[in-house]
Amino acid sequence: MDWGQILNNTASSIISPATLAYALAALGLAVHFGYAGLLNMGIAGFMALGAYGYAIGVLTLGLPWWAAALLGLAAAAVFALILGIPTLRLRGDYLAIVTIAAAEVVRLLFLTATFDEVTGSADGLSGYHGSFRAANPIPEGTYGFGPFMYNEIGWWVRILGLLAVILAAIMVWRLMASPWGRVLKGIREDEDAVRALGKNVFSYKLTALVVGGVIAAAGGIVYALPSAVNPGVYVTSLTFFIYTALLLGGAATVFGPLIGSLIFWVLQTVLGNVLPALVQAGYLPFMTSIQAQTLRFILVGIALMLIVIFRPQGILGNKKELTFVK
Amino acid sequence: MTRPGAPLATRLPRTIALLVAFVAALLSLAVMFGATAASADVVNPDEPYRVSGNVQLDGNPLPEITLTVTGNGVDEDVVTDEEGKWAVGVPERNASYTVTLDESSLPEGIAVVDETDDTPNVKEAEVGPGGRVTVNFFIGEGTRNVTSFADQLIERVINGLRFGLMLALAAVGLSLVYGTTGLSNFAHGEMVTFGAVITLVFTQISIPIYVAIPLAIVLSGLVGFLLDAGLWRPLRRRRTGIVQLMIVSIGLSLAARYVFQYFIGGSTTQLPGADIRPIQLFGSVSLTVIDMISTAISIVVIVSFAAWLLLTRIGKATRAISDNPSLAAASGIDVDRVVRIVWVLAGGLAGLAGVLYAYYRPGIKWDMGAEFLLLLFSAVTLGGLGTAFGALVGSIVIGLIVEVSTLWIPSDLKFAAPLVVLIIILLFRPQGILGRRERVG
Repeated sequence: MDWGQILNNTASSIISPATLAYALAALGLAVHFGYAGLLNMGIAGFMALGAYGYAIGVLTLGLPWWAAALLGLAAAAVFALILGIPTLRLRGDYLAIVTIAAAEVVRLLFLTATFDEVTGSADGLSGYHGSFRAANPIPEGTYGFGPFMYNEIGWWVRILGLLAVILAAIMVWRLMASPWGRVLKGIREDEDAVRALGKNVFSYKLTALVVGGVIAAAGGIVYALPSAVNPGVYVTSLTFFIYTALLLGGAATVFGPLIGSLIFWVLQTVLGNVLPALVQAGYLPFMTSIQAQTLRFILVGIALMLIVIFRPQGILGNKKELTFVK
Repeated sequence: MTRPGAPLATRLPRTIALLVAFVAALLSLAVMFGATAASADVVNPDEPYRVSGNVQLDGNPLPEITLTVTGNGVDEDVVTDEEGKWAVGVPERNASYTVTLDESSLPEGIAVVDETDDTPNVKEAEVGPGGRVTVNFFIGEGTRNVTSFADQLIERVINGLRFGLMLALAAVGLSLVYGTTGLSNFAHGEMVTFGAVITLVFTQISIPIYVAIPLAIVLSGLVGFLLDAGLWRPLRRRRTGIVQLMIVSIGLSLAARYVFQYFIGGSTTQLPGADIRPIQLFGSVSLTVIDMISTAISIVVIVSFAAWLLLTRIGKATRAISDNPSLAAASGIDVDRVVRIVWVLAGGLAGLAGVLYAYYRPGIKWDMGAEFLLLLFSAVTLGGLGTAFGALVGSIVIGLIVEVSTLWIPSDLKFAAPLVVLIIILLFRPQGILGRRERVG
């Protein structure tokens, strides 16, 4: 087994675009679920809108990359409004079912052959990198040290992704420390009490849905920046993975989603490298390497169950500030 | 700065696609000449389903015309026989295939004409639940056979009812579990898959199918029992909140889904008998014997379940707990025992639904429960969470929407239609059709 290679891959996954994308999506979900108590099971739909908005903006509308990214964010904001107005009056479990259904509708609309010209249907979209890479200020070449050796495009994607994560984290931190954030947490704890104080609960929830949705869409864009947009990514499993990352770190925290995504991807990379290597070395004779790859997703599911049962506040969360609505 | 580049970017894929199509056409021609095509015969005769057609000009058959069928792993060339007929066997139904008529193989001066279509020689063929589709091209003054709208509507309504009844089998279980324990069980889709997968495993160790299915249902019920005893009851004892329970069920669903993939891989597998021929009943309605048996089983099971719920003591107790658990417990009902029975029934019914769904789709795939779950939730929410009869009504409505909507919308959006309807209905009647107001939060 090549431990050096495995360690390299693992270290590299710390700032991989996928990790940064998960961190952003989990941060958006923290605003929805952790702070506002909204059981949004459609986070994959927000990410899909971000990614497709970006790709379609570049490919079909011919926008420069930054305008296309804004279009992706705007699409998610509009989706949050459309979704929120009818559904935010519903109780938690109803909201979960409706949001998961809405995200699935979004995915099916991107998947259908009807809009193939624009969405690429089952093949997804690719080849939208021209303007993004032309805007890259980093001169050509390979930079970095140890496991973090990337070419100029790799660094450009990672730097922008990191900037987005930092900006989003600061924004969520300041928002949640503001009076607006305190009201939001109040709604999570006891909606009726906040309503009795004369606050418009519905508009607070709707704003939270938009803010979190836009952050999640930014995650979708970062996910799409390095390679391609594929409709097979934005399935319900993605939502569940983001929930796992969020709950692992701590739902009602700013750093929890970031740490959670980091641990999620580091573990995924370790297992994704070690398990097939173990199979090839003959330590797991009852398993093929494809089965070894599947095993890590089984472990994600089990981990999610264990976290929720035994440590629902996550690694960084506060036991007193339990985030699960009654 | 990128504006001039962008239109190029959109034009480029099309150019590439054209090139690819051109090369593919050349290649197919080369293959044709190389193999001197065993004309007239069915290409891929071993596959269960058929895409076929008849190429004619003014009623006269056109022999030696080359067509290509692609999609779902199929890429076959076929040449029409003396009667202008052609057929290609395909592995999956409820799937679409692309049929391309090679216009260069048509006689001089003849072409495929259709003014409404840019590429009249390329057609999408949707192989429906019947497993057969006929694709005819408009050549010269040739006419097309079109099934009348009424016939299509009747066919879809019958399919919708069949699908709805099957959905109801799983939905009543989901709804009763919710009613008695407050759990929105996201792992219910995987209980459906379990029934299908375990049947598959039994048939692969050559247990006959009529033994395998009852065994699978019993095992599914056992899974329901074990889940309740090993996971959900301890969690209820800990007074875990309903949202936490729901997320635990999501974890369970993820784990179970990938356990299935671990054992049966990522491909679609058929149960024995999935490839039998449908029988023409009336109009354009044709069903296989298995389709009819499935529907009969659904009806019998649902009616007996309703009778159980309405007439027996346990059934009444179940409804009482759905209504008000603490009051039911106070009046001497053993809530834990009833919940256990509900879980066993929910498991068994879900397993049965899984077997029937495997024939309906057709095929068994590791994530077949995930698509089914959203329809289940739509059905249950539509009918009113926690009410068994609401789930039945909701299921039939959803089944009808799924099938009938394909008359107007593309069939690859048919699972989106019920979800949209669900969202719209929740706007006006959040408690569902038969639900009560108190369930809105």
